[in-house]
Amino acid sequence: MTLQVRAGEVLGIGGVAGNGQDELLLALSGEVRARPEAIQLGGKPVGAMGPNERRHAGLLTAPEERLGHAAAPDMSLTENAFLTGADRKRLTRNGFVDWRETQIFAEDIIKTFDVRTPGPGVAARALSGGNLQKFVIGREILQNPFVIVVNQPTWGVDAAAAAFIRQALLDRAAAGAAVLVISQDIDEILEIADKFAALNGGRLSEPVPTEGLTVDRIGLMLGGAQGHSGAEEVQHVPA
Amino acid sequence: MFRLEKRPTPSTFWIYATPFLAVALTMVAGGILFAILGKDPVAAIKLIFFDPLFSADYASYARPQLLVKAGPLILIAIGLSLGFRAGIWNIGAEGQYVIGALCGAAAGLAFFPTDSRWVFPLMVAAGALGGFLWAMIPAILRTKFNTNEILVSLLLVYVAKQLIASAALNFLRNPDGAGFPGSRNLAQIPAMANPELIPGTGLHWGGVAAILAVGVAYVMLQRHILGYQIKLAGQAPRAARFAGVNSDRLIVLCMGFSGALAGMAGFFEVSGPAGQITIDFGAGYGFTAIIVAFLGRLNPIGIFFAGLLMALTYIGGELAQLVLGLPAAAIQAFQGMLLFFLLAVDLLANYRIRFILPGAR
Repeated sequence: MTLQVRAGEVLGIGGVAGNGQDELLLALSGEVRARPEAIQLGGKPVGAMGPNERRHAGLLTAPEERLGHAAAPDMSLTENAFLTGADRKRLTRNGFVDWRETQIFAEDIIKTFDVRTPGPGVAARALSGGNLQKFVIGREILQNPFVIVVNQPTWGVDAAAAAFIRQALLDRAAAGAAVLVISQDIDEILEIADKFAALNGGRLSEPVPTEGLTVDRIGLMLGGAQGHSGAEEVQHVPA
Repeated sequence: MFRLEKRPTPSTFWIYATPFLAVALTMVAGGILFAILGKDPVAAIKLIFFDPLFSADYASYARPQLLVKAGPLILIAIGLSLGFRAGIWNIGAEGQYVIGALCGAAAGLAFFPTDSRWVFPLMVAAGALGGFLWAMIPAILRTKFNTNEILVSLLLVYVAKQLIASAALNFLRNPDGAGFPGSRNLAQIPAMANPELIPGTGLHWGGVAAILAVGVAYVMLQRHILGYQIKLAGQAPRAARFAGVNSDRLIVLCMGFSGALAGMAGFFEVSGPAGQITIDFGAGYGFTAIIVAFLGRLNPIGIFFAGLLMALTYIGGELAQLVLGLPAAAIQAFQGMLLFFLLAVDLLANYRIRFILPGAR
């Protein structure tokens, strides 16, 4: 598949579950690696990099599964803030974790993203789905990513939290980031994305502008009417 | 009727209470075992847990033995606990311990006779290196070929035992030993001996290393990024991958660290309490340390106390054998019960037991 997201743009990728959403996220997060040129960030090849190098380069991701993938269930929010924030928030000193700074970062996420919790010492498991999701998305957004990729950002989340998360993604795009939203919620994509592409059987359709997109057209795209073959993934962000 | 209900989060109270409960249950079950063997259970339990420390007759001998026996147990268990936390199961510490003793002794004896002060540190390093390399076999097989490190490390224990037996009979055999198997007695060679540092305490360099290891492991788990990665990999493997933790690197580090500590423990033993390489060197510390690691909740401070307790059962067990004529196997069964009960009562940390009246739902 080939895809491109520009700075300031929100690309929504729709599709029925099991058509390659998880694989796409793993390929972008760096958990699965590719050839160096397969993924490019502002023209820089990042495909061969692991998750931390990609974070360093500004590509941040939030996977679908909150407990166990995006966050460690039995670790505190502070420890979970360290999970992806270590590099960009400079939370280490000579290999040692700066827990004070990490806690400040966790408190910042909790405050900015309105996470309802007694405090940063609480285990991730103890949060409701919506609050943990706000924490996970907030953790990435507060690191000022150039590209942010989210999978099912509002899945199982209450309406207020969902609206909050969508607005946060839009704000990030307005601040100049490229935003890639993978979602099974077509309404969500139509609400926040500039462009829509459909994922079907691991193939991605040509992205089309969401403005004026009809339900019939979306249905056809989700059914694979406009499949696009190839194995390339290209992320491009002009400065 | 009763039913088990999973707790949403493990009970903090029971996490700390279960080791004590396990010890208590072991005393009860052990007492029953001793009673069946025709011994007075109360006297036997008192002999194992109380007399080594407080009896006027035995304490002068037994108290120093506490640190002698706890030292290697703690040192090995600290190494094992890091891997266990990350879900890396080095079950072959006994083999790494034996190889460490062999390499450390061989490195020193290669320079015999000598009185250089550098020989002892060299021997410590050689012991650690030997244990490290022996642990690298299961580690590399795991990372390259995805073999099971539990089986490989365990089976290598028996290879290690054959190697040390062979060394005791052949290339390390004491040339002045009238043909008897066994190496020169390191404890009698000043440059190579690992003596009691403070008379009457039983503290030798192995005990010092054990205390240092407790401190290093504690700081690492609390503050170092490696400790964070170890905990993350053990608790949430997918989150660890997402966080960019390199699992192969973690396997090599954890196996290597535990192997090096076990190897060091082996060397401190052979140059001190044991004295020489013998055919049957290795008293099972490497296996008992697994119990110590879990009894101490894989927590460095906990392991320190668990090591002391386990050492007490060794010493008390020996006393019980001498005084009451209990068979050695009964003492081993007693130690085994401790792990059994510990794993069994662990249930209480994760589950709540609900009693339900018949008929009610």
